[in-house]
Amino acid sequence: MVPLNSMLQKLFKQIGLKLWTASTDLAPIIFVIVFFQAVVIRQPLPQIAEILVGLVLVILGLALFVEGLEIALFPLGENMAQALSQKGSIVWLLLFAFLLGFSTTVAEPALIAVANKAADIAVRGGLLENDPKVVSSYATGLRLSVAFSVGFAILIGVLRILLGWPIHFMIIGGYVLVMVITLFAPKEIIGIAYDAGGVTTSTITVPLVTALGVGLATVIRGRNPMLDGFGLIAFASLLPMIFVMGYGIIWFG
Amino acid sequence: MLEMITEFIQTLLLTCRDVIPIVFLFGFFQIIVLRTSLPNPKRLAFGLTYVVLGLTLFLVGLENALFPLGKIMASQLTDPDFLSRGKETVDLTDWAIYGWIYVFAATIGFATTVAEPSLIAVAYKANEVSAGSISKWGLRLTVAVGVAFGISLGTYRIISGTPLYFYIMVGYIIVIIQTFFAPKTIIPLAYDSGGVTTSTVTVPIVTALGLGLANSVPGRNPAIDGFGLIAFASLFPIITVLGYAQYIQWAATRAKKK
Repeated sequence: MVPLNSMLQKLFKQIGLKLWTASTDLAPIIFVIVFFQAVVIRQPLPQIAEILVGLVLVILGLALFVEGLEIALFPLGENMAQALSQKGSIVWLLLFAFLLGFSTTVAEPALIAVANKAADIAVRGGLLENDPKVVSSYATGLRLSVAFSVGFAILIGVLRILLGWPIHFMIIGGYVLVMVITLFAPKEIIGIAYDAGGVTTSTITVPLVTALGVGLATVIRGRNPMLDGFGLIAFASLLPMIFVMGYGIIWFG
Repeated sequence: MLEMITEFIQTLLLTCRDVIPIVFLFGFFQIIVLRTSLPNPKRLAFGLTYVVLGLTLFLVGLENALFPLGKIMASQLTDPDFLSRGKETVDLTDWAIYGWIYVFAATIGFATTVAEPSLIAVAYKANEVSAGSISKWGLRLTVAVGVAFGISLGTYRIISGTPLYFYIMVGYIIVIIQTFFAPKTIIPLAYDSGGVTTSTVTVPIVTALGLGLANSVPGRNPAIDGFGLIAFASLFPIITVLGYAQYIQWAATRAKKK
């Protein structure tokens, strides 16, 4: 029983550390809100008990989540990137890149939150029928099109690392494409589409994708791991804008 | 309380459904493509359980704390009683009376970005790449200033009701021009810094702020005007980081001349 016991002890210690990190991450934000409540607004904050309970849940959730990422997902992702590039099969590598982008984005908490909010707003704006089925299919469709675009973006980014294409032409080309599609997209989708770029790349996606990029750039000769390892996130922030506007053009016509 | 527990169970089931694709992906590649067994399966099972539980708690907390908080702050700061400050009448469509909103947007953007863990990691790497010429705090503060300015300008856009694509296009043009003059080595990092800044904590607060603002200011439609703050927060750090790199280069060449 001793090894299990010491393992549990170690785990508790690590979770304690994660709790502390999560709290310090939230501290500046809480400071700003308290300052505004106490000095500027000077009114009692409604629903304060609920908000405090919610904040504790957020801190607990973040701590557990980061701990889980570190002991399970990160090592798994790094192993996989190395094993696949040593195997030397480009098809499998590209398929993995696409699926990694897709599956991490589908599960992204910030995206889930924003997609539901977007559906909610569309109903209240009279753009969507107030039927739970329609609403949830709209939100799910939004998530899927973002996830698909991130998968595609990571695929292109990996191809760029393999072939050594210059990043700035691709990004500028992407910007021009965004501007052109904006002219045709319905007004209601533009804001959400532009936001989708930033939303996709957070807690789950960034670390796994960076592990893939840096891992690849290390194994391939002639690539600088630091310089070529960067850039995958930039693609993953750009393509969702284009895809979500396309989704809007199809949905709202 | 009971309500929260049912919400928790519901969210837990949804989270399991969302994490299953990742599990399948890794399982498939590990067993079918690489044909090796999983290293340390017990640890992996522990880790996955943490991820699922953590995500669930986080989402429930989000719904109960961060979203309402952003909304309450937005509605309090746009309350006519608060805005009039004792004056008899106040024109709610006048952008100049929303001073505190801009300050709040800038400080909350700065605070969330400075604390962002993935930005800290990126700053560390950038310091290594540049052999110390880009300082860790320099990069973090530059990005945070970019986010603060971006969100603040974004709230002005919502209040004034000007079209989003106009600001974003001007921003893109600035980025494109800067790309031609900035040192080549900084470009991928600068492009990435836009996506890295908007974290899981920032997104809900900022989204709620935007939607709340669009609800309070007369004549604004949440579906059209409420979104877009994240886009500002992802664009302006690129501009400030490219600018910072140009400044570093300029300062270095000037020091050489002397």
